[in-house]
Formats: sequence, C-alpha cells, structure tokens
Amino acid sequence: MTKFIIRRLLLLIPILLGLTLLIFVFTRLLPGDPATTILGERATAENMALVRESLGLDRPLHEQYFQYMGGLLQGDLGRSFITNRDVVDDFLQRFPATIELSLAAIIFAIAAGIPLGVYTAKRRGTWVDAGGTILSLIGISIPIFFLGLMLKWIFAIQFPILPDSGRIDLVNYFIPRVTNFMTVDALIAGEPGGFIDALRHLVLPALALGTIPLAVIMRITRASVIDVLNEDYVRTAHAKGLRDRTVDGRHILRNALLPVVTVIGLQTGLLLGGAILTETIFTWGGVGRWIYDAVTARDYQIIQSGVLMLALIFVLVNLIVDISYAFLNPRIRHS
Amino acid sequence: MTGAAVSQPVEQQERSVGLWGDALRRMRGSPAAIIGGAIIIFFVLMAIFAPFIAPYDPTRGDLGSSYLPPSGEHFFGTNVQGQDVFSRIIFGSRLTLGIAVMSVTIGVTVGSVLGALAGYFRGWIDATIMRGVDIMLSIPGLLLAIAVVSWLGRGAVQIAIAIAIVNVPIFARILRGSLLALRDADYVIAAKSVGVGGPALLLRHMLPNAIGPLIVQATLALATAVVDAAALGFLGLGPPDPRTPEWGAMLSDTYRYLTDAVHLAFFPGIAIVLAVLGFNLLGDGMREALDPKLRR
Repeated sequence: MTKFIIRRLLLLIPILLGLTLLIFVFTRLLPGDPATTILGERATAENMALVRESLGLDRPLHEQYFQYMGGLLQGDLGRSFITNRDVVDDFLQRFPATIELSLAAIIFAIAAGIPLGVYTAKRRGTWVDAGGTILSLIGISIPIFFLGLMLKWIFAIQFPILPDSGRIDLVNYFIPRVTNFMTVDALIAGEPGGFIDALRHLVLPALALGTIPLAVIMRITRASVIDVLNEDYVRTAHAKGLRDRTVDGRHILRNALLPVVTVIGLQTGLLLGGAILTETIFTWGGVGRWIYDAVTARDYQIIQSGVLMLALIFVLVNLIVDISYAFLNPRIRHS
Repeated sequence: MTGAAVSQPVEQQERSVGLWGDALRRMRGSPAAIIGGAIIIFFVLMAIFAPFIAPYDPTRGDLGSSYLPPSGEHFFGTNVQGQDVFSRIIFGSRLTLGIAVMSVTIGVTVGSVLGALAGYFRGWIDATIMRGVDIMLSIPGLLLAIAVVSWLGRGAVQIAIAIAIVNVPIFARILRGSLLALRDADYVIAAKSVGVGGPALLLRHMLPNAIGPLIVQATLALATAVVDAAALGFLGLGPPDPRTPEWGAMLSDTYRYLTDAVHLAFFPGIAIVLAVLGFNLLGDGMREALDPKLRR
C-alpha cells in the first residue's frame, strides 16, 4: 500500500513538470500580450517595448520559463502582470469561494444521487425505474448555464424566494474575511443570520453545478447495485436470514460503491471547469471566472499559476480517489 | 438437391451476421436508441432544410420589433435586434451539428492514432503518450477549450479543434485500454503464431475488435461537443460575427433580461438540451447493443 502511494506520488512529478511547460507555451501562443492590455491597442511601439521590458517579456522564452520555474520551486507564484497583486493572495481569496460552491454541489449530488440510484436499482424494470432513468438522462443533458438561468428565473424572479447572485447580502451583513469561506466566516463573526444568508446564496448555484454529477452518480450507482444484486453472496446473505437492511448496507452497498467512488473523483474535476460558467451566471467571485478573465487579459502569470493550482487539485483529488479505491478493493491493494 | 442448394446460402448469411449486424438488430429493439436516433435525424433534417423551414432571415434585424414575446408571427419571439428567434434556432443547428461532427472526427482520429501507438508498441512510446494524456486530462476541459479558442480564433473550425483537443486524451485512453485487453486474446495469439505481425495484426485483427467502445464514446462525445460549443458561445467565444446564429451565443447575456424576456434563454436552451439528449440516448443504446456484458 505504501509502495503504491509512493509510486503514484512520484508519477505526479513528470505530470506537473509537463503541465508547467504546456501552460507556459500556451500563454505565449495567445495573440497579444499583457502590454497590449495595459496600454491598449493604439500604444506606440516605444511604450510597448518599455512595458514589455519592465515585465521581463523581452527576454528569451526559455529564460522566462526558467525564471518562472525558479520562483515556483521557491513557492513564489509571481505577481499579476496587470494589477501587480500577488497571485497567491488573489488565489487564496477566490479559491475558497470555488471550493465552497463545489463542495455544496458535490454533497448535494452524493446525498441525492446514491439513494436515488439504490432506490431505482431495487425497483428495476418498474415505471419508477424507467422514470428515474429518463430523468437522469435529462439531468446529464442540461448544460449548466441553461439550468442556472432557468433556476434563477424560477426561484429568484418568478417566485423570489432565493437570492439570484453574490455570496451574501452585503447591505445587511458585514462579515470580516478570515477564511474566505463565507459560511465559516459568518460563524466566526458570530452572525447566525449571516450564516443562513450565505447558505441561501449557495442553493441555486449549487443546484446548477450539482445536477450533472447527481445524474451521473445516480446512473452509476444504479448500474453498480444491479450488478451486485445478482451476486451469489447477496442471495446467500438473504438465504441465511439476514435482515434486508443488513444485506443492503453490508453486502450490497459496500461492494456497489467502488465504481461510485471513482466517478465522484472524476466529477470533482469537472466541477472546477463548470465553476467558470456557474460563477459567471451567479456573479460568484471564484477562481474559475478569475482565470477566464486572465485569459482574456493575457495575464500570463495568473493563467500559468492559476491553471497549475487547479490542475494540482484535480490530480490530488484523483490520487486520493485511487488510494481510497485501493483501500476499499483488496485486489488492487495486493497487486 | 435443390433444397440443400437453397438452404446453404441462407445458413451462411445467418452466420455472417457479425458484431455490426447483431448490434444494429439490438439497437432496433432499444427504445433509447430509437428515440435518440429520431431526435438526431430531426436536427439533421432541420440543418439541411433550414432555408425552407425558417420563416425569416436569421440575420436580419428590425429594431422596431425587438423583444417581442412568442406569438403566431414569431413563434419563439424576437431578440434585442428584432431577429426572429425561431429562425435563428433552425439555422443555428447547422453550426452546432457541424462543429460537433467536425470536433469528434478530429478527436477520434488523433486520439485513435495515439491510443493505437501506445497500446501496440508499449515501452517508452506508451509511457510518453500516456503521460501527455495525463497532463491534458488534469486541466479542466472547458478551460483548455477557452485557451485554444483564444489562441486560434473563434471560427467554426477553430472551435471544433478546441473541443477536439479536449477529447483526444479520452479517445487515446479508451483505445489503448481495449488494445491492451486484446493482447492476450486467443485469436490474437493465434494470428501471431501463424506469422501475422505489425500493421496487419493491429489493423485487421485487433482494431475491429477494439472499436466498439470507441464508437460509443464518439457518440457520447457528440453530446459533450454540443454542450462545449454552446458553453464557448455563452462565454462570448462563439462565432465572431454576432449575426451568425449559434445556440450558446443566443443564451449569452440573456441573464440580464430574464425578468422581461425569458423566451430568449428558454428556446435556444431547449434546443441544446434536446440535441444533447438525442446523442446521449443514442450513445446509451449503442453501448447496450455493442457491449456483450450488458446483454441479457
């Protein structure tokens, strides 16, 4: 097991190295550069050259890359070429917003997806199962941005019961930022009203972001439970007189959840991409929209470091998934 | 004599129903595949006959009649420029389907070549390709597509390439996986033992048996390609000429007018959902038809 984890961790090194190179090359391929954003399209050639020189963009590409890597290895992600703010500061301010939203979405997806999957699997072939299957297919097919818009229209405009954008009501609650997790900060500030308000702001974006993972988790759970239901050991367990609940929990779920764990890991990665869209619709100050804006502004430093951090998180989540998978499945553990 | 002569070809015909004939027969029995196929045919016909179906020129605006709600004259209402939303959705199917098909074709081709190289040669070629695949997969797909479109430009071909790049590692991984599983299959070993090697072994014996999962994935990738293209359009990275009808771009900015003109978001959104659902249903039906494990 330890060997397995060490091998997987070592494998991360070439991936992350390749990633930095890939992102670096990509930023330099983008037409235009930060100097264009800072000075505008009509700047004189001399001014452009001056700005490029001050940003170090006039130096050969490999030097720029090695300088970037040198900083990275010392834990320095650099400064934004445009705002001159420390990229780490910006990231740490926005990232909790994305995590908070993604967590809410994945918790919703798991909490609803697994029970629905088990429920439809045990009623396989009935109209409940058919209806569930159709609903889950529709759930997979709705683009996040369309679902977000419709949720907003229904629950914030037609029946205004939930807030339509932002992370908290800034007029009524002043919450000092400590962790940048709005719900946590509200609790730290001793504002139960603010905590509830922050939760209310989470509902619509989390529903929009969580629906596709919900449908995927439900489908995979259903398929996986159906597989296990046919196993001999389930029949044996029933035959030896165990209660249904015991068989469900000990024999069926424990075995059926293996593939579900993998899918949850993959979906977490997709959430980070979907966050760009959700954050746009619900004006959620997260990291997805931040990187998107950096691509538009050609802010090399933010793109390089921001994408790297997102990728690192994706890779780590999947590493954790693989490890827990190995932990749950003795056949992988011992191979 | 005559009886035997007649029955022989019939027997041969039955035997020659291979994987594909069998799969097609199963698909005809699958409601998912039939409904999905019908939806896709509907959209393909819509794209082909767009000029005959659409009541208005999709690019012509009339500022005097902007933001009209759905009516007998404008089935799905009009937008800011007074363009007919119904006609724009009909013409928009061309771009959406075109980009989807183009991107999946590119993705499957490049991904298969990489996957075949990795799965067939193993060794350092395999290691290099698969590490590259890991790197690509660690970047959120939409972000990668955004970056590629910002680099190459916003034309239909460029958008298709951007979406294809997201798909390449997925196809490579699938084909490599199927090929690896086949390496120890009896008929592959048999072919090797009678001296079949190199490209012939790969192309004649292994690929045809590894291609099923790839085709299922390609169909499902058409669904995600439709979503990705629409997402790019929604973020303002669709076709550069705002008059060009594109479903995702039609949804862009509508969140500002939701209170007064929800039809601007609703109808293009439904078109996207239907097209995506069609490809997903078809892919699901195909998976059941092609995967022997799922057969009852």
